[in-house]
Amino acid sequence: MIILEGKNLRKTYGYAENKVDAIKNISIEIEEGSFVAVVGTSGSGKSTLLHVLAGLVKPNAGKVYLQGESLYDMNDDRLTRLRRRKMGFVFQFFNLITTHNVIENIVLLIHLDNRQVDEEYVDEIIDLLKLKEKKYAFIHELSGGQQQRVAIARALASKPAIIFADEPTGNLDAKSSQEVIQLLKIAQRKYHETVIMVTHDEMIANVADRILRIEDGQIIQDTAQKNE
Amino acid sequence: MSEFLSQIDWDAMYVAIQETLLMTVVSLVIAVILGFVLGIILYITKEDGLYPHKVIHRILDFIINLFRAIPFIILIFLLLQFTIKIMGTMLGVKGALPALILSSAPFYARMCMIALSEIDKGTIEASKAMGASSWQIITKVLIPEAKPALISSMTVMAISLVGYTAMAGCIGSGGLGNLAYMYGYARQNMPVMYTATFFVLVIVFIIQIIGDLIVKRIDKR
Repeated sequence: MIILEGKNLRKTYGYAENKVDAIKNISIEIEEGSFVAVVGTSGSGKSTLLHVLAGLVKPNAGKVYLQGESLYDMNDDRLTRLRRRKMGFVFQFFNLITTHNVIENIVLLIHLDNRQVDEEYVDEIIDLLKLKEKKYAFIHELSGGQQQRVAIARALASKPAIIFADEPTGNLDAKSSQEVIQLLKIAQRKYHETVIMVTHDEMIANVADRILRIEDGQIIQDTAQKNE
Repeated sequence: MSEFLSQIDWDAMYVAIQETLLMTVVSLVIAVILGFVLGIILYITKEDGLYPHKVIHRILDFIINLFRAIPFIILIFLLLQFTIKIMGTMLGVKGALPALILSSAPFYARMCMIALSEIDKGTIEASKAMGASSWQIITKVLIPEAKPALISSMTVMAISLVGYTAMAGCIGSGGLGNLAYMYGYARQNMPVMYTATFFVLVIVFIIQIIGDLIVKRIDKR
């Protein structure tokens, strides 16, 4: 089943001679439960594509459908709510709240949505991401890899339909990168999550089921790969 | 020593300490509330803020700068008519409050704005992306993140308020400053001057200690 669909997306930045076509005409379908990596050099348009697909940057043309709902045809409030409920995010710079501890960060979004926290499920994620001992630690006490694992736990906690990861290993050393990406993969498989991840690191992209190569605002290669 | 102490009217000293504390606390509380609200409005109406609004931002920014720019002792005189009108008197603790509040609220507003501006933009963008509403970003992200800085600027302001209450003493606000000025300076009663100074210092040190303790307790970074 197709969970996310982008149709004839186009995004330009700037005006006149400074105009840059970040995305030229991209159509894309993401299968539910798949792990998709979008790779490309910086300036290739891969981040813009992710932002457009996540409802963060309105494209100049084209539509994005998440589970059949058109993101850019709804008002801001609805889009905000939809993002809170159906999307999870993992960012390059973790973006955790430093005055909250690990568990508070993980359940923050659920609280913002006035939903009950599924304690059992949250504990399971914490276990899975090897954060058990750090549950009540504060962010400054964690390494980069640990912080990113907290961010992944946060993304999973609200049981989103899809997780967007923007260079999740971009701020980590090689060893933590591998650890974090493997854990993301394990969680994705276990909970049958859909993940779409932007990266410039081929090694990291290799964990994906499908690799989209972007250059100059266009998809130049779309390869499926067997991955367990 | 006993001769030194005998020159002090302890009842007056006791009343003066109470007055200084009262002026400081009341003006602190009101100025913090007022300044906090103004500071947040100033922050969110910025060009890249959560609710950008050029006109409100400019006007507020101007008013805050204006009141901060007027020296306190001049502000007291400028506000005399206003004070008499709303408080019914220009003397005592009541007479000092309007000037104390109007000079410190803008200061706190500016401090709030600075504290909020220092929060990592990425955190705010991330919260937005994850679906937090603007109101939730303010209450659940910005304010908690800025709390340590908000408290320490409260301490700074409380201490400068103690100083301001002493200045207000010159026009008869009561308090330790008034006592030091009237007895110590005008009547050349040095023991009163030194003792009043001593208690001002004690109050300032206590405020600093309490402020540091609170910040230490809530700062988890």
